[in-house]
Amino acid sequence: MMVPDDDRSSRQLSPEETRRRVDASLRRRYRRERLFRFYGLFSVCLGVVFLLLLFGTIIGNGYSAFRQSFIHLDIHFDADVIDPDGARDSDVLSVADYSLLVKAALRELIPEAASRAERRELNQLVSAGAIFSLRDTVMADPQILGQTKPLWLPLNSEVDLWLKAQASGKVGAEVSTRLSEQQLAWLERLQAGERIELRLNRAFFTSGDSREPELAGIWGATKGSFFMLLVTLLLSFPLGVAAAIYLEEFARRSWWVDVVEVNINNLAAVPSIVFGLLGLAVFINFFGLPRSAPLVGGLVLTLMTLPVVIIASRAAIKSVPPSVREAALGIGASPMQMVFHHVLPLAMPGMLTGAIIGMARALGESAPLLMIGMVAFIVDVPSGPMSPSTALPVQIYLWADSPERAFVERTSAAIMVLLAFLLVMNATAVWLRSRFERRW
Amino acid sequence: MKRSLKALTLLVSGAITATAPGVAWSQAARSYISIVGSSTVYPFATVVAERFGGTGKYKTPKVESTGSGGGIKLFCGGVGVQYPDIANSSRAIKPAELKDCVAHGVKDVIEIKIGYDGIVLAESVAAPGLNLSMRDIWLALAKQVPDPKGKQTFVANPYKTWKDLNPQLPAEVIEVLGPPPTSGTRDAFVELAMEGGCKSFPWIKAIKEQDENRFKQICHTMREDGRFIEAGENDNLIVQKLKANRNAVGIFGYSFLEQNSDSVKGSLVDGVEPTFENIASGTYPVSRPLFFYVKKAHIGSIPGIAEYLKEFASLKAMGEEGYLADRGLVPLSPAEYKAVVGQVNKLVTMPLPR
Repeated sequence: MMVPDDDRSSRQLSPEETRRRVDASLRRRYRRERLFRFYGLFSVCLGVVFLLLLFGTIIGNGYSAFRQSFIHLDIHFDADVIDPDGARDSDVLSVADYSLLVKAALRELIPEAASRAERRELNQLVSAGAIFSLRDTVMADPQILGQTKPLWLPLNSEVDLWLKAQASGKVGAEVSTRLSEQQLAWLERLQAGERIELRLNRAFFTSGDSREPELAGIWGATKGSFFMLLVTLLLSFPLGVAAAIYLEEFARRSWWVDVVEVNINNLAAVPSIVFGLLGLAVFINFFGLPRSAPLVGGLVLTLMTLPVVIIASRAAIKSVPPSVREAALGIGASPMQMVFHHVLPLAMPGMLTGAIIGMARALGESAPLLMIGMVAFIVDVPSGPMSPSTALPVQIYLWADSPERAFVERTSAAIMVLLAFLLVMNATAVWLRSRFERRW
Repeated sequence: MKRSLKALTLLVSGAITATAPGVAWSQAARSYISIVGSSTVYPFATVVAERFGGTGKYKTPKVESTGSGGGIKLFCGGVGVQYPDIANSSRAIKPAELKDCVAHGVKDVIEIKIGYDGIVLAESVAAPGLNLSMRDIWLALAKQVPDPKGKQTFVANPYKTWKDLNPQLPAEVIEVLGPPPTSGTRDAFVELAMEGGCKSFPWIKAIKEQDENRFKQICHTMREDGRFIEAGENDNLIVQKLKANRNAVGIFGYSFLEQNSDSVKGSLVDGVEPTFENIASGTYPVSRPLFFYVKKAHIGSIPGIAEYLKEFASLKAMGEEGYLADRGLVPLSPAEYKAVVGQVNKLVTMPLPR
């Protein structure tokens, strides 16, 4: 802008005045900068506080689920009760009433529980699932009939909660429980006799779902998630990479490619439940694939992760400098040789990172699985991608919705397991990037 | 690099060919029972399924929680292994649904009533406790209520505290947490408690004869000014909120009250406490029957259905001291139970709709 000379001269400032003005503005600028840094730090701190709060509650609620109270009972495998005919027929052994053995062992420990109501209260202390481990013991070794064997059997979840509250230092009225006075007195006696112990909750890691909290485990859901992600990885990674290579290296720019590109970007933003509906209509209703199968789950999640993988792969291919391509073509490589021998190896770390992050997202997804019948109670651990199963996030949802209170800690424990998997996957992505990535 | 790429291509083509003959699978046999339906029946059906599978003779049935309506729709989809064998429902099947079933070839449906579920209005154990009539419930929760001045016209619900609507109730702010409209519990609550209270005004009851839709709109609409809060499908969440806020009242199924009886207690409705005995005897007014529906055509082709029914209807499950009662299912009366056992043994189907 033009400023007349005389005007400028009339505004000539003394050096002191200039310094004063500069100092004043400097102070203001410094203050602004300090404030801005403070805002930034504050947001980071707030984020960290919320994260710690979340992790704190989850771990605080869930760590206790990794231990479970057991009772030491001397089980007498009475042949007259289990197998009155003495034929040792496996059909008879599998349907025998094993709860009678547990009841007899309990009665021996606490003989004064005589009335029917008292005995009922006493029997309630031991988990309804104890009979399963007894049956498995007998089925594995029918020779045990007639012998007495000491066994650690799981206690009922209500008892488990009370014992854990006690172990964490709470006493008397602080612990709210539905157990009766009489049951608590028996428990204290059993504790004094060192019949009760908190042990590692192995069932949590090795069994499928159960309605008895003390028997419920996440192995079924973990395996379901594993099969699902396997299908997703096997389909979405090669398809995504192929699409990305074609779009970046071979496709000529035309309106058709533009349309595809816009649609891929749009698909990446579509809510996941929509893919669930699509999966229901196409894979289950049209192709007739079974409901609740990890294969269908994997196909749906493939639809969901595919755009993410394509976008990440294209970015990785774009970041390979053109000089590499030109050099390859210059010494006589065909375009395909150029891509497969030079561009792809250099872009691979970026593609893998994108794929792993897409898979991590797929692992945490539960909404699309709702539509294809994977929100279900499934006890048997799935044996392959065709057998019915749930997934980790679905298991968390189902447990969070269960009336039994002991599922609260198991819900948090399952969340911890899911978070651990996500952490491992994301750490792998970071490691791959730092290990193999080349910078130009 | 080259070799690994080749391996990848092989894997992909393998995966794609594996997905192709999907149609063939649907014809293959299914070795486990497939159950769908109500989230209210889910906790009971799953317990039975687990015990049934625990014997080792049959596989554990798969139980999906889809809601009553969604479950019946799937169930009525047709006959064949790709369709579920059993649908749980927290209400009786509607004639229209049964027609849909028949239209898809599902002609032989066995209806089995498994017991009752009470819907409770619960508070924290620290609260003094409410004794509500159905009329109180409706006045506290309806969007529009009769003019308190006594005229036969409607005004937007003016009541802020329980005392405002009934001087005998405490002067505490009305704050009720309940399920959203998608929930079967909400349907039943509205039909039993709200409509029951609404009908206690003879002149509103008279509207029913003239204009059924208007009557429903008056009686079934919940207030939306923040005193009734839709707390989502998760009943555990409502229990947690009741523990934290002793003024709040929560609406949920009896099984949640049973499991949390040390921290929440049920309010009296028409002077009756929601206990196991009162729901079973029918004196507690807000209770509904629970059902499941079985496709007779699948018995024999899917292993274990008849045995599953027997397990469900056995005394140790459905009986008065059975394990379902421990989970909060209110058992049938002895006469009803006997009828169900007869039905299970003879596999009596429902009459076809005309």
